[in-house]
Amino acid sequence: MARSAKAVPWFLFAAGGTVIAFILPVMIFITGIAPAIGLFGDALSYETMHAFVGNWLIKLILLGIIVLAAWHAAHRLRVCAHDFGIRADGAVSIVVYGLAAIASAATVVALLMI
Amino acid sequence: MSERQIELEVLRYRPEMDDKPFFQTYSVPCQEEWVVLDALNYVKDEMDRTLSYRWSCHMFVCGSCGMAINGEPKLACKAFLRDYQTKIRIEPLSNFPIERDLVIVQDDFIEKLESVKPYIIPKQEKPIDQGEYLQTPAQLKAYKQYSMCINCLLCYSACPQYALEEKFIGPAALALAHRYNMDSRDVGRSAREHVVASHDGIWACSFVGACSQVCPKDVDPAGAIQQVKFTSAVDYLTSFLPGGKR
Ligand code: SF4
Repeated sequence: MARSAKAVPWFLFAAGGTVIAFILPVMIFITGIAPAIGLFGDALSYETMHAFVGNWLIKLILLGIIVLAAWHAAHRLRVCAHDFGIRADGAVSIVVYGLAAIASAATVVALLMI
Repeated sequence: MSERQIELEVLRYRPEMDDKPFFQTYSVPCQEEWVVLDALNYVKDEMDRTLSYRWSCHMFVCGSCGMAINGEPKLACKAFLRDYQTKIRIEPLSNFPIERDLVIVQDDFIEKLESVKPYIIPKQEKPIDQGEYLQTPAQLKAYKQYSMCINCLLCYSACPQYALEEKFIGPAALALAHRYNMDSRDVGRSAREHVVASHDGIWACSFVGACSQVCPKDVDPAGAIQQVKFTSAVDYLTSFLPGGKR
């Protein structure tokens, strides 16, 4: 039996899982819930956030968070498909990892445009 | 001591006379402190000598009496009657062929267990007169939990991946591979890697965790598999670097 290349998506999956568990909830709170309920006043206004994300270091961190979360989701869906008895791992992989690749590219483009 | 009448619905299958498995009900006078195995032994001794099941130690050590009790994989010696209603359904462990009544065919597991080389592979064999291999308490702790496995197969019966993918090496065999990998006396990790880190090894596990929930010895095979995934992933990626092991 040969060693499996699944190590590669698994690493992205594991890293993404950590990001999703620890960082994503905070991000959702800061960017979604907090401004909606008027917390922190102007500190979370569109202008300040826009300027904040203009920083290269912040861009890089955001890229890491979004890309890893996307690959995590992709791998999770691949495994879910298997658990549901869908016996087409090749096709499923192409679709889910393809979506993750598109999401990653879109993130790069979006961040470059800021 | 109070007595309680328990209805045992036991799955029967004797290949030479039954076309297919069926349930047979025994009404058993049980003592309050009995376990399911005591009730089965009562049936065997007093009511129906033809009933077949495996057991030996009656104290969660031998791992023989695994069966599905009300659909849940359990050791019959660890399933106390006081935790059940009057009716208890007893079936052989799922995900394995039935040999006879509650006895399952274990060959698949035995083959898989052998394939992960579940024994110490020392760097150099040393003669007995040179004494023991010494280990510190910390070195013992590194693998002790995984060495508690009694091969009861409850984890295979609970594992949804093994149910879907019979080639999956499975929880106990992978946890035992990890047990030897973590042993300071052992250098066999790369010899096990080609089975353990293959498509049908750790990577077939989707970390459902049912194995660890049903394990009567708190081996935590799911946790062991996750740890192996990490080390194997590092191995795999570093194998492409100059000097990496292929
Ligand atoms: S890991 Fe636990 S459940 Fe699985 S065979 Fe070993 S003792 Fe039984």
